[in-house]
Parts: sequence; structure tokens; C-alpha cells
Amino acid sequence: MSRIIVVTSGKGGVGKTTTAAALAMGLAERGFRSVVIDFDVGLRNLDLIMGCERRVVYDFINVIQGEARLNQALIKDKRNENLFILPASQTRDKEALTKQGVGKVLTDLSEDFDYIVCDSPAGIELGATMAMYYADDAFVVTNPEVSSVRDSDRMIGILSSKSQRAEEDREPIREYLLLTRYSPERVERGEMLSVEDVQDILSLDLIGVIPESQAVLNASNSGVPVIMDGESTAGQAYSDVVARYLGEQLPHRFLEIEKRGLLGRLFGG
Amino acid sequence: MGLLSYFKSRSTSGSASLAKERLQILVAHDRAGRDAPSYLPQLQRDILKVLRKYVAVEPGAVNVNLEHDEHHEVLELNIVLPEGERSTG
Repeated sequence: MSRIIVVTSGKGGVGKTTTAAALAMGLAERGFRSVVIDFDVGLRNLDLIMGCERRVVYDFINVIQGEARLNQALIKDKRNENLFILPASQTRDKEALTKQGVGKVLTDLSEDFDYIVCDSPAGIELGATMAMYYADDAFVVTNPEVSSVRDSDRMIGILSSKSQRAEEDREPIREYLLLTRYSPERVERGEMLSVEDVQDILSLDLIGVIPESQAVLNASNSGVPVIMDGESTAGQAYSDVVARYLGEQLPHRFLEIEKRGLLGRLFGG
Repeated sequence: MGLLSYFKSRSTSGSASLAKERLQILVAHDRAGRDAPSYLPQLQRDILKVLRKYVAVEPGAVNVNLEHDEHHEVLELNIVLPEGERSTG
């Protein structure tokens, strides 16, 4: 039995695709068969972040509409044999995502995979609601910034009312808060909401905090999920997230400013 | 920065505290609307209809609000009567 994870946020540009890519790769690195699906029909980007944009032949919509078989559309990752990517269509519109069609694809995938990661588009329209409908777990990706926090709260409301679990009165989706683009320096200066502030407002389980990092842009520039950059703080933070998701108890890292010497603190910028 | 900021404790005048304050109010308001039963708007219209049989109130005169407490829920009904109605009613 596989587990379906949705990576969602409401607001765009907060790091959903970066997170979905990191999560799927992290789970694959730990030996789980993982597939990551792009639900952003018309504006696909997961293929770029995963570095497989030139290998897309068939897509998610082709499979839903019976124009291709699932294994024709699945792209096998070249770095990890446990990882597959199901790209979104670039040319169709999102109306092609039917509840029945998506359900069928997810059921078929669950026979072969341990984890199915659904990369949701921004907004609360069809693509986003389809990405979350069948989910077991949800990662609510949030930036420490007012509009992102508000949109996340809105998503939390939708997750608890518009999912299959909610409709069938089953155990609700497990929701996790993932705070991204966190800058301890700006929090220290009182310019940015702190982890505690965001937790106070959203009251969700914190699965991780990803620090603002140059490595994220480098990773997307080169089409390599940032979790593979073990040198970077963001990559390490994502590895921690995967470990926590799988049940390990790890303290949160990168929440404090890196300690500098006394001279650095007196004369530094 | 530098020497001065070393002695300054974590700034309370930063905009983050304002952001938190605004969000707390906003989110509480959003959630109240979200958790409200779906019959509230219809209830509001029905009450207004009945009321208008007796009193010539404005369309926006009836306000229905559901408040949650730890132990119970309070349905708050606020009706603004036009001036002078008391004597004629």
C-alpha cells in the first residue's frame, strides 16, 4: 500500500516544486520506490527542476485520456533507480484533470510505488484541489511572510474539507508545516516572522525549516534536486525533513545565526 | 550594525511583530467564516423576511453571527430597528 503526499501552499513561488523534488529524491535515496507527479497542467516545471525536461514524451493528461500507457509516460530518473517522474501536460488545460481519471492513475501507481508525491500548482483551482483530493499526508509549504501564511491557513481549511478522506469521514489528512526561505538574521532583527510566530498562527506540526540558501537556485539551474547537495544547508535541512517524515526524531537545525567571534560581532556587518 | 547592534536586544519595533498581529486577527476572522454552518446566510435572509412583515427594516439590518467557545456555541442575532419603530410597534 502506498502513501500519497501532496505538496501544497496556496501561494505561488514559495518552494512547492523544490520541496516535491527534494522529498521524492530523499525517499528514493532511502530505498523507497517513489514517483513525483506534476499537477500544474499548462505550466509544467517539475521536469526542469528534476533535470528531465528533454525526456518528456507523454504526460499525465495523455495517461488520463488513454492516449498513452502509464509506463510510457513515467520518466525514470537517471541518478536513482527508485525514482520516477510523471510530467504535466504543457499544452492542455487543467479541465482534463478529472477526479475519476486522477484516481485511476493514482490507484495504478500505488501498485508499484511506496510513495506518490503530488506537486500541486499554486492557487485553489482544479489542479490544486485534484492534487490534494486523494492525499494521505500534506506538506504545507510556507514562507515567513504575511501573504504566504494567510494562504497556507486557507489551504489547511480546504485540506480538511475537500479531500476524499474528509468526504468519506475517514481519518483526516496528516498535515505538516514546512517553513522555507527562512533567514535567522532577519528574524533576529525583527524583520521576519519567526518559526514560533508562524507555528502560533497556523498551529501545525513543524516538519522542517529550510534556510534561505543560494544552493536552491544553483540546484534548479542545474536540474538537480537540492537534497543531493549535501554540502548546503538547504540540502541538509531537506534530508532532515525526509528523516522526520519517516519517523526519526531530529532537532531542527539552521534556526540560529551562525556564531561569529567577538571581533566579528563588534565590527562585522 | 556592528557595535551598536551588538548591544541592542532583539528589536521589538521590527515589522515582524506587526505582521504577526495582523495575521492573528485575519486568520481568526477567516476561520470563523470557514467554520460557520452553511445555513447561516439562508437563516439571515429568512429572519429578515419574517421581520419585514412587521417592521420596515433595512436589508442589512439583520446580522447573524456564530461564536465558538470551548464548551458551547452562541448564535448571536443582531437586529437594528429603524428609529421611532418602538412607539408604533
